[in-house]
Amino acid sequence: MTTIVTDNCKDCRYTDCVAVCPVECFHYDDQMLYIDPEVCIDCSACLPECPVEAIYEEDDLPEDKFEWIEINAEKSKELPVITDTMDPLPGADERKAALGF
Amino acid sequence: MSRLGTPDNPLYVAVVGSGPSGFYAVDALIKAGVEFRVNMFERLPVPYGLVRSGVAPDHPKLKQAIKVYARLAEAEQFNYIGNVTVGADISVDELRATHHAVILTCGAETDRRLGIPGEDLPGSYTATEFVGWYNGHPDYRDREFDLSHETAVIIGQGNVAADVSRILAKTVDELKHTDIAGHALDVLAESKIRNIYVIGRRGPAQAKFTSKELKEFGVLADCDPVIDADELALNPASEAELENTGNKKIYDLFCGLAGQEPAGRRRCIFTFLKSPREIIGEGRVERLLIEKNTLSGEPFRQSARGSGETFTLDTGIVFRSIGYHGIPMSGVPFDESRGVFSNEQGRVIQDGAVEHGLYTAGWIKRGPTGIIGTNKADSVETVRLLMEDLDSLDTGENRNGVAGCYEILDRRNIRHINFADWKKIDAAEINRGEPAGKPREKYTYVNEMLALLDRA
Repeated sequence: MTTIVTDNCKDCRYTDCVAVCPVECFHYDDQMLYIDPEVCIDCSACLPECPVEAIYEEDDLPEDKFEWIEINAEKSKELPVITDTMDPLPGADERKAALGF
Repeated sequence: MSRLGTPDNPLYVAVVGSGPSGFYAVDALIKAGVEFRVNMFERLPVPYGLVRSGVAPDHPKLKQAIKVYARLAEAEQFNYIGNVTVGADISVDELRATHHAVILTCGAETDRRLGIPGEDLPGSYTATEFVGWYNGHPDYRDREFDLSHETAVIIGQGNVAADVSRILAKTVDELKHTDIAGHALDVLAESKIRNIYVIGRRGPAQAKFTSKELKEFGVLADCDPVIDADELALNPASEAELENTGNKKIYDLFCGLAGQEPAGRRRCIFTFLKSPREIIGEGRVERLLIEKNTLSGEPFRQSARGSGETFTLDTGIVFRSIGYHGIPMSGVPFDESRGVFSNEQGRVIQDGAVEHGLYTAGWIKRGPTGIIGTNKADSVETVRLLMEDLDSLDTGENRNGVAGCYEILDRRNIRHINFADWKKIDAAEINRGEPAGKPREKYTYVNEMLALLDRA
């Protein structure tokens, strides 16, 4: 069981999730966030924080998003950890609206 | 004198309580980039609050939050003062006199009451007592729970109710390799409980369980979740609440459980729209008088009202799990109705005026809501206010942090322990858990913990 950030985060990167993560398991690049499955404690505090519902518990992950399990595990290993919230990416609100949120 | 929070004039902060909120306050202080020293006070010798003594023993992953706190405790600005009760061994005013700021993060330490007759009969317990007991909290070490009756009732449908029900439902084999306290495992091994009723005031669309918690009831070794399909009927307002994906997930899980044929020795019966009206018995709990409820109001604001229809349920043990309540501390204004210290966003206030240098965070600030991570954002908010106030904090001469506190404690012969002491207790607990294949066997008496340090 782990928790996974998926493609809705891409180009939004709101980082509301980071504010409530008890263990600093989020990592980031210039597009989105990723969860380190070895640090995450599966508390699910981040799920309701995401304005674009990008985060899933593994059990509830739709089949067409399975690839994100691997992507989170790999990317989180090589990218820096994010310890504090940041401003969303430029255009995040437009992207959010386009996603229907 | 140079500005407070600079190397020549460090900010001295006392944090009261060593649970998540306390450690997240330390984290926020480190990130604030000021020069500071923090003394964290804990009334037990052992740190970590509800992560140690609240989180269920069969949820080891959640407990890994402790790794973060242990790392913070290694910061050079950090000092741990365990086995010291603020408000008794040292007063809040004394902390305020020796520090520039005090952050109270002592949690909500008692349960809300049902307010019904018979609540104090033997056999009627609070979830807090039971959770503290199976988690080895010294306050509850000598509580006795009579599990000789076939039927237990849990009042409430939130995450603590789920923990209590699950621990009662599990077999010894399912628990013996966790960090559950040995004394609790021995009593649970003799449990005669076969029926565990989990009673909710409102309906299946309003239950506060998480889907993860509910799923755990589907995979128990010798206990089956039971739901009467008739209880899953919804009124239109509840139907509307299923638009919320969280509620829908829970409701669908309940539906999946309904109608399954129980096969195990135990049954965990989820039942809705019921409130206890009286706990009845001659000298101890024998049965529960229950009233059926109906819901009324707008979606997401529905309240439960008694329908007048009642029935009784034979039971020997009742646990109430309807929320926590903070307890007052001498020298700190308290909001009795909410069970929190009176505050605005974390600044403690007395009759509308800010108490300079006094702050609060976590459950004792906002009430007992949310999970571990919720407290992080909460402590960040409080420390942000503290930083805004930095230039207006009293910087009187005698604010010397740890030296001043130790002087007071030593004068009173109060034994205090530091983080290195805790690490010795920690190592000993891990060590003595090993033969039984447990991650640790906790020490459950304060004098045991202190005696261990005397030998070390």
